[in-house]
Amino acid sequence: MPLRENPNQRGQNDEGQRYYRTLTRNMVLTIILVSFIPYVIVTAILLYQFHASHREKVIAHLEGLVKKHKQNIDAFLKEKLGNLSSLAKTFSYEELSNEEFLKNRLEMLQQAYGPFFVDLGVINARGIQISYAGPFQLVKASYGDSGWFKSAMKREYYISDVFSGLRGLPHFIIAVRENWLGDPWILRGTIDFVAFNNLVEQIRIGQTGFAFILNRDGELQTKPSYPVRADHEPYAAILKREKRAEDQVSTFEWTDESGVKSIYVTAFLKGGDWVLVFQQKVSDAFSDFERALRVTMVVLALGLLAILTTAFLLSRRMVGRIANADREKHMMNEQVVETGKLASVGELAAGIAHEINNPVAIMVEEAGWIEDLLEDDDFKDGANLKEFRRALAQIRTQGKRCKEITHKLLSFARKTDERVLEFDIGEVIQDIVALSGQRAKYSNVAVKLNLDNALPKVRLSQAELQQVLLNLINNALDAMEKQGGSLEINSREEDGILVIEVADNGPGIPAANLGRIFDPFFTTKPVGKGTGLGLSICYGIVKKLGGEIEVASTVGVGTTFRIKMPLEKIKAKGSENGKGE
Amino acid sequence: MDSFKVLFVDDETEFLDTLVKRMKRRDVLASGVGSGEEAIRFLETSPVDVVVLDVKMPGMDGIQVLREIKRRHPLTEVIMLTGHANVEVAIQGMELGAFDYLMKPMDIDELIYKLQDACKKKFVHEEKIRKMTHGGA
Repeated sequence: MPLRENPNQRGQNDEGQRYYRTLTRNMVLTIILVSFIPYVIVTAILLYQFHASHREKVIAHLEGLVKKHKQNIDAFLKEKLGNLSSLAKTFSYEELSNEEFLKNRLEMLQQAYGPFFVDLGVINARGIQISYAGPFQLVKASYGDSGWFKSAMKREYYISDVFSGLRGLPHFIIAVRENWLGDPWILRGTIDFVAFNNLVEQIRIGQTGFAFILNRDGELQTKPSYPVRADHEPYAAILKREKRAEDQVSTFEWTDESGVKSIYVTAFLKGGDWVLVFQQKVSDAFSDFERALRVTMVVLALGLLAILTTAFLLSRRMVGRIANADREKHMMNEQVVETGKLASVGELAAGIAHEINNPVAIMVEEAGWIEDLLEDDDFKDGANLKEFRRALAQIRTQGKRCKEITHKLLSFARKTDERVLEFDIGEVIQDIVALSGQRAKYSNVAVKLNLDNALPKVRLSQAELQQVLLNLINNALDAMEKQGGSLEINSREEDGILVIEVADNGPGIPAANLGRIFDPFFTTKPVGKGTGLGLSICYGIVKKLGGEIEVASTVGVGTTFRIKMPLEKIKAKGSENGKGE
Repeated sequence: MDSFKVLFVDDETEFLDTLVKRMKRRDVLASGVGSGEEAIRFLETSPVDVVVLDVKMPGMDGIQVLREIKRRHPLTEVIMLTGHANVEVAIQGMELGAFDYLMKPMDIDELIYKLQDACKKKFVHEEKIRKMTHGGA
């Protein structure tokens, strides 16, 4: 049923729209808040936990790696030193001073341990290289003034920092001091820088992780994969460290001038002379976490999007439903008001009808009285006697018309007695049929009753049941008024359900109308003949009594109304087999 | 047919007076009273054959008066006069022993017929009782 539009209502509609918009918004916000907050919190907690444990793992891995390499380098240096030291102890100064012999030794060392030793040399106490085996022409070279020689003479063995020296290539020296006839001499070996560099260069992790070695003065002892400005922070801070514990690996993070944050893992080696530095950009070191974070963020974003969409769609649909329900309620209210209005109009009409009925009755009586008097002889010859009679007959006719109108009004507005009584269904049906008997006879309708006498007594409002039956019977009689026909009323019990049927063989109800006949104000009768309330009142009463009313109709064959009421609900107390009380 | 006594009970005196006049003109021994209480008092002193009773009246209403009449004068027939077609009142009245009911304003001839029928019923009834009492004696 479309709502009637008027400006006032349109104003209300705007207000309604705003109300539903607010409702939608509140629902959306509630859903979003309730879903988002735990979602985001849980994700954040998980991410944080993952981040912490991942970081721990990565750092432990890096520290382990650095420690292992530090030990490798230390072991390498120790091994080379051992090589030289055993050479110096096994053979005498004289033997080693022989260049051929020294060359043999170098070849043997290179064969046994790989090409780490580039050359060997024997140097006497004055710093003159007595013999030399290697690719350079360094026999008789004097090292008397070089720093490494002075240092080497002071102790049993010595490992130098990397320097270019006489040959002009980066290298470093391992020297072992021995005595021969009271004079010290030195066996010196040069370690190939490239071979040593490989030891450190092997430490490559991810895309930006690399390692290098610095000496005490911050000079690079290996060639780093990327340029390193060793005189800048944080290297300076590392070099300034007092404690140079051999087996300690320390880790810290530092952001350089260009804003790139890196992780630094350091370990001292060669008795604290050198420091092995491993550095890697944080973004690279924790790239697994970064990837996980990205995936999580994408999933989170998708989830939030899904929640958002759901919140919108759900709220929209629910508010739509609510709006529909409200509209229906509004319509119902309107209908109730309408019906109420109708009822009060009906009451008013009934009052007026009742008040009018008596004067009309008096007028008709008075007219009748005049008619009676006209019978007297005095008036027999009256010239206008015929006119008098006609006028009086007219008064009587119009009085009857008034009576019909008022009777219709009064029977429409009549209130039904709702008192619940115990009674026999069959008797009520018979009463009603008797009341309608006269009408049925005039309409040429044969009434046939098939009543089950074994039905138990029921507890209902008798007046309401009468009204329902009277309505159905009157409708059937109305339908068959023109052609006549037969009206059948059946009552029986079916599986604990009381069934009352009112069946006619009238013209039937077209299928298009069948669905609407119980709607209030639906009528096919001419204007003024029917209110369209009869069947909807029947429907309401039967529903109220806990039953159902259904209709089956075929055009040209007839119509059957069937009332079904569960006996369980309406059966009179103590009435089991129709013998009530 | 012999003339018979009828009591009309209605609170509308104009209606009552005219009706009584018209009945008298038709040789019916008609009287009229304006309320149920008056009707019962009237019947105590002068019994009638038929009472025509308006259902809706101030004071005692038609149904109450009917019950009272049937209790005190079981043989007196009663025709109910209603303002409109009220099924419940009609059925109730019939159950309480009313002879018939008519709707106002009614056709005078129809009323006469009903009155005659009621009287006939009453006379038959009385005849039966007379025979029974005679037979019994």
